[in-house]
Amino acid sequence: MNDVRATAGAAARGSAADALRFEEVSVTYRTGRRVRQVLTGVSLAIRRGESYGLVGESGCGKSTAAFAAIRYLARNGRVSAGRIRVDGRDLMALSQSELRRLRTQSVSMVYQDPGKALNPSLRIDRQMMEVFEVAEGLSGDAALARSKEMLARVQIASPDRVLRNYPHELSGGMQQRVIIAMALSTNPALLILDEPTTGLDATVEAEVLDLVTRLRAEFNNSILFISHSLPVIARMCDRVGVLYAGELVEEGPASRVFGDPRHPYTVGLMRCVPTYGLRKNQGRLETIPGFLPAPGSITGRCVFAERCGNATERCGREAPPPIALEGHVSRCFYPERASQLPRQSSPAASSAAASGEGAVRSGEGGATRSEAALSPPLLRTKQLSKTYLVSGKPFQAVHDVTIELWPGETLGLVGESGSGKSSLAKLLLGLSTPDEGSAIELSGDALPPRAEARTRAQLKALQIVFQNPGAALNRSQTVRRLIGRSLRLVGLVGGAREARLREIAASVRLTPRHLDEKPRQLSGGLKQRVGIARAFAGGPRIVVCDEPTSALDVSVQSAILNLLVDLQADQKVSYLFISHDLNVVHYLSDRIAVLYLGRLMEIGPSEAVFEGPHHPYTEALLSANPSLEHQGGKRIRLHGELPSAANLPGGCVFHTRCPRKIGVICEREEPPLVPAGDRHAIRCHIPTAELGRRS
Amino acid sequence: MSASADTIARAAQPAPARSLARERWNAACRSPTLIAGLIILAFWIVCALFGADITPRDPYADDLLATLSPPSAAHWFGTDQLGRDIFSRVIVGARDILIVAPLATLLGTVLGTALGLCIGYFRGALDDVAGRIIEALQALPLVIVALMALAAVGTSNATVVLVIGFVFTPLIARTVRSAVLNETDLDYVAAARLRGDGALAIMFIEILPNVLPIAIVEMTVRLGYAIFFVASLSFIGFGIQPPSADWGIAIAENYSLIGSFWWTVLFDAAATASLVIAVNLVTDGLAAVFDA
Repeated sequence: MNDVRATAGAAARGSAADALRFEEVSVTYRTGRRVRQVLTGVSLAIRRGESYGLVGESGCGKSTAAFAAIRYLARNGRVSAGRIRVDGRDLMALSQSELRRLRTQSVSMVYQDPGKALNPSLRIDRQMMEVFEVAEGLSGDAALARSKEMLARVQIASPDRVLRNYPHELSGGMQQRVIIAMALSTNPALLILDEPTTGLDATVEAEVLDLVTRLRAEFNNSILFISHSLPVIARMCDRVGVLYAGELVEEGPASRVFGDPRHPYTVGLMRCVPTYGLRKNQGRLETIPGFLPAPGSITGRCVFAERCGNATERCGREAPPPIALEGHVSRCFYPERASQLPRQSSPAASSAAASGEGAVRSGEGGATRSEAALSPPLLRTKQLSKTYLVSGKPFQAVHDVTIELWPGETLGLVGESGSGKSSLAKLLLGLSTPDEGSAIELSGDALPPRAEARTRAQLKALQIVFQNPGAALNRSQTVRRLIGRSLRLVGLVGGAREARLREIAASVRLTPRHLDEKPRQLSGGLKQRVGIARAFAGGPRIVVCDEPTSALDVSVQSAILNLLVDLQADQKVSYLFISHDLNVVHYLSDRIAVLYLGRLMEIGPSEAVFEGPHHPYTEALLSANPSLEHQGGKRIRLHGELPSAANLPGGCVFHTRCPRKIGVICEREEPPLVPAGDRHAIRCHIPTAELGRRS
Repeated sequence: MSASADTIARAAQPAPARSLARERWNAACRSPTLIAGLIILAFWIVCALFGADITPRDPYADDLLATLSPPSAAHWFGTDQLGRDIFSRVIVGARDILIVAPLATLLGTVLGTALGLCIGYFRGALDDVAGRIIEALQALPLVIVALMALAAVGTSNATVVLVIGFVFTPLIARTVRSAVLNETDLDYVAAARLRGDGALAIMFIEILPNVLPIAIVEMTVRLGYAIFFVASLSFIGFGIQPPSADWGIAIAENYSLIGSFWWTVLFDAAATASLVIAVNLVTDGLAAVFDA
């Protein structure tokens, strides 16, 4: 039956009409009396069976384009100009019932947050069967059979079990599979994926992307793939459109747009992504100066001109039309000059400075090693564990972690969500209390477990930059107050305090004007600068950075990372840098610790951890890491679910997902942390020599 | 849907955003509910403050020759059993209720907010114990609780304020507590702990300003109830005491006559209703403004 459907679908699709076509589409939103144009004259066409990527930073209009494509804009939004055609039909001319039929049968959408896209109070079977009942008028048993079949096609091993579950009983990756299965159930002509993997871990993301690739070959749908991530778009799409401030600034085949970008924004965006293997002592990250303009605020000139190093007087006078180059289109008067866009940090100067600094740092690294025997490390944890009781059952968030942090170094902490990274940070800061038998030492002295019991000097020494700057700043206080209150730790008052405050604000590149503003008046990047200023206000010796850039766009991320590098060089602080982005961790860290289910699986110098030999888990993480340069190549995928910390597997906790499991020993005995060379250690039964890179 | 609205909000950020206070003021000026409520409320406040000076007749003067006369040009709202001018009495009758009800609400809000902050911040056993007590109190009809307390301590404007204030405390504490629970999960509270702020500083300097809008909206909700509450107590003789021209007392004195002399009850009842409605309009308006 399914084959018949597929053939019928393919035949219908043989017609010339594109799956989705935007013709000079503009979208406006009205808030109060203000009308804002969020999309301006966007034209694009997605051919049958084609995968089209829409990329850009937040606020560029990506999601608006997706909602416009199914005529599902917010109530205050409307398509003010242009025409949208889905499957050749004019979307705006459809009646409500035709629109409904289109949404149930021709177009499907997968949203960013799978947890919110499923109804939490209905079981999966009910939600999946509904698709078939509504779209095809099938009865209960037939719908159930089709649901099972669809789940099997998205590679869910036990569809019967999943169908009986409620959404909260499934992991994020599993939920997203279910949603993809539902979206494909009607074999839609167009599948819209709006940041489908943004909330997922890299290992799960890799699996979901593999799945989408496979399903595309199978179903031959057209795909509109929306993402802020260049590597993901580059991997998934045939053609790409780059959105900036509501305008499609560049469009063309993915290989051409990423291989030979012809718009300065695309060039800038690509340079901002930390390159695989780049280190802080090898050069600064590129940034895009300035801010994204408010949507619709720029008319009659180039939207990117004020942030563009190539801009001339002409760019400020007239808006560039889409200029056709061979194979692709760029909205720039000077597409040939895009690749020579001036760098923000002149590479010569900064690399000289950085390499000098790098030399100092590696020198320091050597010194710390010889000093190690003499002086204690700045921070040391001994058998640090944290067990929560969840409805009477023990839940090991962190188990037996022994790490050391030396002055001036950055220790990167990586692992999937649920691996205990943030729990470990909370223990160090005294925000939660470790189990009996754990110890934390600061410069050789025992540190009280609770922040409230620590002295001012101890509190001052250990500070944190939080992940979400919105939640980390008190919204009722001005920036002056936010930073100023932290200065009380150092006992500054009056004029001295104001002077120090301005100094700190300047060091994180905040202007005095910002001091009197409140968090909501600042952009995400500026808020994070305030968060950093607060952490550095008291002159800390260790700063825990808990995913400090994961809530930010890439161009903002690079500026924040540069700032962190500068502050470290300047103030000689140590960082414990937590991130799921391996390129970022690699850029910043001197040493890296890999956590899995609260256990330290591997620790060692960055180079050693990245180059190998590495733990099978590290290997899988590296393989899942999206990167613009390393497209293709051998992929190692982790299958199965991350076990619950409340119900840990025996032996090596990783054995349930390990692609290199050697036998019963992995299920019976927990491997020790085996030294694997210079300060490098791996928790695995496989001998270190064999862990070396497999070809 | 919200995603696209969100996108706009984020996109708008880099341009200097207007301050929250200014945005709220603009929203307030555009809210017809809030403005209508405030106008009615202002009218009654003027009556309460200057009532004695603006009444056409002496509200306390008997006129035994004109008892129970229906509304006329001389007596717009008619007269009561003692021949007193009801129009003048309705105007000065606003005074006591507009002193007692807001004071009682304010007392309840201050105590309730403080209690809610403590329960929400410390959680644990305090939360469990306080939570059970609040639930137990809520299970009792409030008028009965207040009645028993007033019977015990004796009734006067001051005791009515205290009793209603105490009765409202746990109700407001419960609302504030849940707002505080959301706040304590935010990282700024952790940041305050990490710079050595004590519990009191965190509760009152860091958290309080962020839960204040919720406390204020809750206060206006309670004010509506308080007005109703005071009027009810006065009606059964345990609230405001004669010789006040209070509306509740007037209704109590005249409700047996309602069949033949409707004007003796209608205007006092309408005054009470209009005040409660005004307060509720203000509540709805404020909630929308703080939400904006």
